Amino acid sequence: MLDTTREVEVPEGITLELPIAGYVSRALAFIIDLFARGAIIYIFYWLIMIFGDFGAGIIMLIIFFVEWFYPVLFEVLWHGQTPGKRAMELVVVNDDGTPIDWSSSIIRNLLRFADFLPALWGFGAISMLLNRDFKRLGDMTAGTLVIHKQQTIVPGKRDRVDGLAPKESLTLDEQSAIIAYADRLNRMSDARNRELAGILSPWLDQSKLKANSESAVTQLSRIAKWLRGHG
Amino acid sequence: MRQEEFELRYNPQWNEFEKQIQLAKGSWRKRKQHSLTLNGFADNYRLLCYCLSLARERQYSPQLIQRLQALVFSGHQTFYQKRSGLFHRIYQFILVGFPRAVREQSKFVWTATLIFYLPALTVFFITLLFPELVYSVIDPDSVARIESMYDPSLNHIGRERQSDTDFMMFGFYIKNNIGIAFQSFAGGILATLGTLFFLIYNGVFFGAIDAHIINIGYQQTFYAFVAGHSSYELTGIVLSGAAGLQLGWAVIAPGNFTRKQALVNAGRSAMSLVYGAIVLLIVAAFVEAFWSSSSSITPSVKYWVGLAGWLFIILYLTLAGRRV
Repeated sequence: MLDTTREVEVPEGITLELPIAGYVSRALAFIIDLFARGAIIYIFYWLIMIFGDFGAGIIMLIIFFVEWFYPVLFEVLWHGQTPGKRAMELVVVNDDGTPIDWSSSIIRNLLRFADFLPALWGFGAISMLLNRDFKRLGDMTAGTLVIHKQQTIVPGKRDRVDGLAPKESLTLDEQSAIIAYADRLNRMSDARNRELAGILSPWLDQSKLKANSESAVTQLSRIAKWLRGHG
Repeated sequence: MRQEEFELRYNPQWNEFEKQIQLAKGSWRKRKQHSLTLNGFADNYRLLCYCLSLARERQYSPQLIQRLQALVFSGHQTFYQKRSGLFHRIYQFILVGFPRAVREQSKFVWTATLIFYLPALTVFFITLLFPELVYSVIDPDSVARIESMYDPSLNHIGRERQSDTDFMMFGFYIKNNIGIAFQSFAGGILATLGTLFFLIYNGVFFGAIDAHIINIGYQQTFYAFVAGHSSYELTGIVLSGAAGLQLGWAVIAPGNFTRKQALVNAGRSAMSLVYGAIVLLIVAAFVEAFWSSSSSITPSVKYWVGLAGWLFIILYLTLAGRRV
């Protein structure tokens, strides 16, 4: 399949599918983090400038830490997410899907400097284009991936309808397509639901369609119900 | 088995596992209160993996598969996280790991030493012979500023100091020096070019300044100032350079590995040198800010302390951690 999913086999003998994150979401996450970093430094600046030169020393230490270690602390202590990544629902993980550890996180964030060169993330951008996992130089060296956080889809309320046996036997692919359609009904607009069901309407019960007693959408969700095991 | 029966049968276990993951991710205090519910975590995880492969094989709905997959992913992340024990590891690293890493990577450490000190010495001697050469290496404003820092007719050395200025300079040295060390390491990934630039540039800079100070006769104040922290700072610069060279060399000559794998390996082992360089540069910043600048200590004491520093660094890196 032409897809940006990376498969990782785990010791339990199954594969995990990790959806790799691309330019746009990563860039947005970076911009959010940039503002967050600026805000942290700004707040400390006003708090500490009261203390004169001693405060200036602390400010420089804070700038140093925020500049280099802000992402490291968040990635390790906050389950692979900086605030920007959390907002964009991204996670950093090791190549084998395990949570990122201190040394990998430090490597990938120190190498941000090399990714920035020669100007404005030039090498990082080129590197992301040149490999199929969208890795910047830091990701390659640290062996890390930035992936989309996998959401559990909350199943919509399934319609309280009776099952309906399809007129002819269906292949597995056809069955799962109909079930997938029925499961997604709540997340699509009504117009789209009708449009998709319309494709199959020649195959459905014509008399009910003509009499307007049962729409194509309802018939399909009844068939899905039957296929799932409610005869 | 139809999908709905399948869900009905295993849902309790899935829900229990979901709660266990929440618990394992939470704070240890929370975990203490419910220690019992983490029992059977591994069994539930295996069951879940089994359910996921069944669901895929039987082509159950994408929603179900995705739910199981998200659960397996969190389970995987929880089950295979690495233990840290941070303080013990730092202690072990300083006592054993770091000096060993330096000796293991001696090839890169010596190369970095040469690349740093050779230009430094060359420029140093040339500038001694041709004093005006310093202006072609460093711009006149900076030269004038550095001259004023080490002017023996003034009471202070280094920069002008009030009581709490020391701490400000500590912050400055940390930010500046360790920042440069990080850049010189990271630049190594560009086939060592970035590292070469930082090592040679800093070497030439130090050589030219050193010779210029001797030419204008300020050596007493200058050497008294730099003696204390020179050992830690210069070694820190060289070691971060060595780490960068190691990274770049993995790109140039990956050996029997793919370039990507060689880079990952080199990154892992180069990090020991980087961590060590950070420790050395923190020590250097501390000494530079609170010891080197103090004008109440006589220069001869500072020279001896400086010498002791070099002796300590050399003995530490060559002898420490040979027996455990």
